[in-house]
Amino acid sequence: MEEEMHTDAKIRAETGTGSSPRGPGCSLRHFACEQNLLSRPDGSASFLQGDTSVLAGVYGPSEVKVSKEIFNKATLEVILRPKIGLPGVAEKSRERLIRNTCEAVVLGTLHPRTSITVVLQVVSDAGSGAQLLACCLNAACMALVDAGVPMRALFCGVTCALDSDGTLVLDPTSKQEKEARAVLTFALDNVERKLLMSSTKGLFSDAELQQCLAVTQAASQHVFRFYRESLQRRYSKS
Amino acid sequence: MAEAASVAAECLAGCRARGARSVLGQVVVPGEELLLPEQEDAEGPGGAGERPLSLNAGARSRVRVICGPGLRRCGDRLLVTKCGRLRHKEPGGGGGGVYWVDSQQKRYVPVKGDHVIGIVTAKSGDIFKVDVGGSEPASLSYLSFEGATKRNRPNVQVGDLIYGQFVVANKDMEPEMVCIDSCGRANGMGVIGQDGLLFKVTLGLIRKLLAPDCEIIQEVGKLYPLEIVFGMNGRIWVKAKTIQQTLILANILEACEHMTSDQRKQIFSRLAES
Repeated sequence: MEEEMHTDAKIRAETGTGSSPRGPGCSLRHFACEQNLLSRPDGSASFLQGDTSVLAGVYGPSEVKVSKEIFNKATLEVILRPKIGLPGVAEKSRERLIRNTCEAVVLGTLHPRTSITVVLQVVSDAGSGAQLLACCLNAACMALVDAGVPMRALFCGVTCALDSDGTLVLDPTSKQEKEARAVLTFALDNVERKLLMSSTKGLFSDAELQQCLAVTQAASQHVFRFYRESLQRRYSKS
Repeated sequence: MAEAASVAAECLAGCRARGARSVLGQVVVPGEELLLPEQEDAEGPGGAGERPLSLNAGARSRVRVICGPGLRRCGDRLLVTKCGRLRHKEPGGGGGGVYWVDSQQKRYVPVKGDHVIGIVTAKSGDIFKVDVGGSEPASLSYLSFEGATKRNRPNVQVGDLIYGQFVVANKDMEPEMVCIDSCGRANGMGVIGQDGLLFKVTLGLIRKLLAPDCEIIQEVGKLYPLEIVFGMNGRIWVKAKTIQQTLILANILEACEHMTSDQRKQIFSRLAES
């Protein structure tokens, strides 16, 4: 397994809270998060991972149109806007993946006939599709927590790539993604690191799939530890 | 690859439920499971260790613990559903007390018994529709005012501010509010008067300001004579003698959330001088 160590850099955000710890021995690139930065949504978060940065806003539980209401749970909507251009088919499919992940985790039955809307805006994008999906998942999770939407677990997205001779790279850069034989993105929850969503592209055997899953489960504990530290910092200010 | 597998096994095995008592005052995140004190003792270190022999085996005393906002029952444990600090209040009489999570939120969800400030948005027949900041507008009947009868209707127009309390507020039904208490008296509720300023703050700040020992309100009262109404839905209505004073008070209350008590005292002393 190739290990990529990036330099440790701490960013102190001026408004709201931000933190960027880096676990030693972890091959995830540098990440940072800031919460409660937008004044109009009920919850907002900005997540920066490597070269990709996504801003998320959550509105809810709020009014829903009669045509869209579900009698026994909340209607969850996800809107993803790319950095440039109009949203297309790729955005629609990512929206659906993020929505399915959120629906598995949010306790929608506590707020029937309401709507919870997650709006994601891509702020910077290194041209990597799979990395963007993981970053969107992380931003959506932090924004949902910031809004106080009841959830049964936290979730995070981790990407890994398999190159032609079978070496596994966690958190690939866009160059590594293009040259990889397969790119896999997983969404995991924090209770038992269970798999919530997987999106894969390319050729791989089922043994390799299990191996990737095990590696991303181990990496997700760094992300969850970062979530916990970020939230503790936020509440320590009050 | 062996090292990756062993690391994975280590982290998966490390997620154990913690005792609620040991986490009091700390930040908890959604997904955590908390053990109630009674279970903590039973599952103590080394289950097969020494346990006192109970004379009436089978009649274990159950402590009734109330699960407040941010917590849900999950089997015989508590599941955390919101992020915040875990709090506990000792019971007055018997029982195990209340556990809840103190979280910071902007969006209000109607709760029965809460006093809120609403804005009348529509008048349809005998019912007013009042916007309280939740997912649905609440309904307020014209008979729910003090001294209101079918002949003597209350003077409520669209756009008025109403201070009332919820009598019906659950996830399945439309919320209903009234402006009288159970004895039929207004008790401060009803239409809020002319002028003044309504502004929105977070729910946590309202709870902090309404705490019995809050110094902020006492200091604000010494500054200018004022009228103030707090709604649990995050809305505050304030009125002072002049518009300038009203705006100053509104700004102070909004900024209170992020200031330490020293900064606040500085600002108050500066304002008192001018």
